[in-house]
Amino acid sequence: MAMVNHKTVIKLENVWKIYKMGEVEVVALCGLSLEIKESEFIVIMGPSGSGKSTAVNMVGCLDIPTKGRILLEGQDISHMEESELAQIRGRKIGFIFQTFNLIPSLTALQNVMLPMVFQDIEKSEREKIASNLLRRVELGDRMRHRPNELSGGQQQRVAIARSLSNNPDIILADEPTGNLDTKTGKVVMDFLHSLQEKEKKTVIVVTHDPTLAKYADKVAYLHDGKIIKLTKR
Amino acid sequence: MIRDYISISFNSLRRRRLRSWLTMIGIFIGIAALVSLIGLGEGLRVAIMSQFGSLGSDLITVQAGGVQYGPPGSGVITPLDKENADNIGKVSGVKFAIPRLVETVKMEFNDRVVFSIAGSIPDGELRKEIESMFDLKVKQGRLLKDGDRNKVLLGDAFSTTSIFGRAIKSGDRVKINDKQFEVIGIMKKTGNFMLDGALIINEEILRDLVDKPDDVSLIAVKVMKDADMRVVKENIEKLLRKERDVDEGEEDFSVELAIDALESLNSSLFAVQLFVYIIAGISIVVGGIGIMNTMFTAVLERTKEIGIMKSIGAKNSHIFILFFIESGMLGMVGGIIGILIGAGIAKGLAAIGAAYLGSDLIQAEISFGLVFGALAFSFIIGCIAGTTPAVRASKLNPVDALRYAK
Repeated sequence: MAMVNHKTVIKLENVWKIYKMGEVEVVALCGLSLEIKESEFIVIMGPSGSGKSTAVNMVGCLDIPTKGRILLEGQDISHMEESELAQIRGRKIGFIFQTFNLIPSLTALQNVMLPMVFQDIEKSEREKIASNLLRRVELGDRMRHRPNELSGGQQQRVAIARSLSNNPDIILADEPTGNLDTKTGKVVMDFLHSLQEKEKKTVIVVTHDPTLAKYADKVAYLHDGKIIKLTKR
Repeated sequence: MIRDYISISFNSLRRRRLRSWLTMIGIFIGIAALVSLIGLGEGLRVAIMSQFGSLGSDLITVQAGGVQYGPPGSGVITPLDKENADNIGKVSGVKFAIPRLVETVKMEFNDRVVFSIAGSIPDGELRKEIESMFDLKVKQGRLLKDGDRNKVLLGDAFSTTSIFGRAIKSGDRVKINDKQFEVIGIMKKTGNFMLDGALIINEEILRDLVDKPDDVSLIAVKVMKDADMRVVKENIEKLLRKERDVDEGEEDFSVELAIDALESLNSSLFAVQLFVYIIAGISIVVGGIGIMNTMFTAVLERTKEIGIMKSIGAKNSHIFILFFIESGMLGMVGGIIGILIGAGIAKGLAAIGAAYLGSDLIQAEISFGLVFGALAFSFIIGCIAGTTPAVRASKLNPVDALRYAK
């Protein structure tokens, strides 16, 4: 699937991230540059310690770089305040985590509604969107269940529904299949793939699992804080 | 939107049910103490007020000696006499002065012996004055009349089982200082515990009974409507100093305005109440510290949750509101429970007091102001306690928070 004319949604320009651990400086990213286009399915792959998590944080606007620029739809977010970043995340990026990260005290429905609460969406509207999304991930009969009453696969589907609740353009999945068995993992990956295919969403998957590369239009191999190889299909 | 935050906060409190309850105990003990103690204190104040209320504010009481125990005027070296009363009656501004005898008597009924206070009531016109001064009315039988011999009027408390184990009715016979008396009437409850527990006997009969033909325990002075109470009081003091031959500052008698006594009682009650406020306040502050502790633990425990919420779009202010509401709710729910328990304790103690002592002095007065004040106070304490933890929660870095493992 060639993406020649599609515009860039996220652009990392020579991004450095240096953490200070007491006296010691740890360089997590050293000059990472990456361009992600609209409706692209990109897999960022690398062993642990390669800077994957830091890269996810940068792409997901969870953190700002020590040096370099990050452009989200052309807007420089490198110097934004935390609350501004939060609003951007809430509207434009849907997160999916390895450990699902649902709020344990809330039901599946409430979990899916939560991102919309932070965007001040009316309750009736929220309920409508959230229940539709849960039905889409085939959890229409589990809406009132809390996370501890759901299996891992079901929890991850709730998390996917939650990531879609504000209808973001970008879905960012950090090891989405890491805690799932192969079969359930495939269901999740197929669903993410269909989001790209049918809804033209940009899907970014970060993993150390080489088998997920087959879904990707583009695979970026990360090592020691920079991209050592970029393959396109 | 605030409703959504309340519901999210409530859910997380419910999930940690045990800890939420334990935290609230700190607040509700404080609030319960505050409500019950203030309720009882207020009840006591109301009871004492009603006591003075039945005396009237245009009344001056003259007694020999200063502060004393036992019935008024007893155990005094130089007692007052009838002549004093006659002379006080002539002081300008005085409507009339009634000498009264108040004595402790032995009373027998239903094979039990009780010592009670008996007050005299004079004959003629003055009888009416005393009756109106103390608002004496009967609920059974009738009031005393001139010439009633060996007849006694009893206070309302005698019509309960609390004194003799059996209620006395009008028409019953009782022994007073070994003499037979007929109960001619039972007075209506006045709310004045001394009056409700007293016997009233015609003056001459009481004097014979206790063998005190001339003693006067106290002189009740009624002031004319347009007279200045303070001036009248000073004139009575001047007169008595002369009659009893004492210098100013060395008086062996006291002249008291009902209003002054009320004020001094009020100020000592206020001191007691202030003390209670301070004690209860301290316990509520301790409860507040408990809330703060719980909230800090909650922030720590839910660090990851905070990270998740931030990653899905929660601003710092959203996180702050969530934790702030949670701690305010701990305070307020603790307060509501505390108010219920406190009101229950106060009412219960008042009921037990009334049942065992037969006295109306122990009452519980739970006013709207008290309830509202206690509720507002507990909510504010909860909010104050939650502010620092909520600020800390809101300022967490989402990356660190997400990585945080329990």
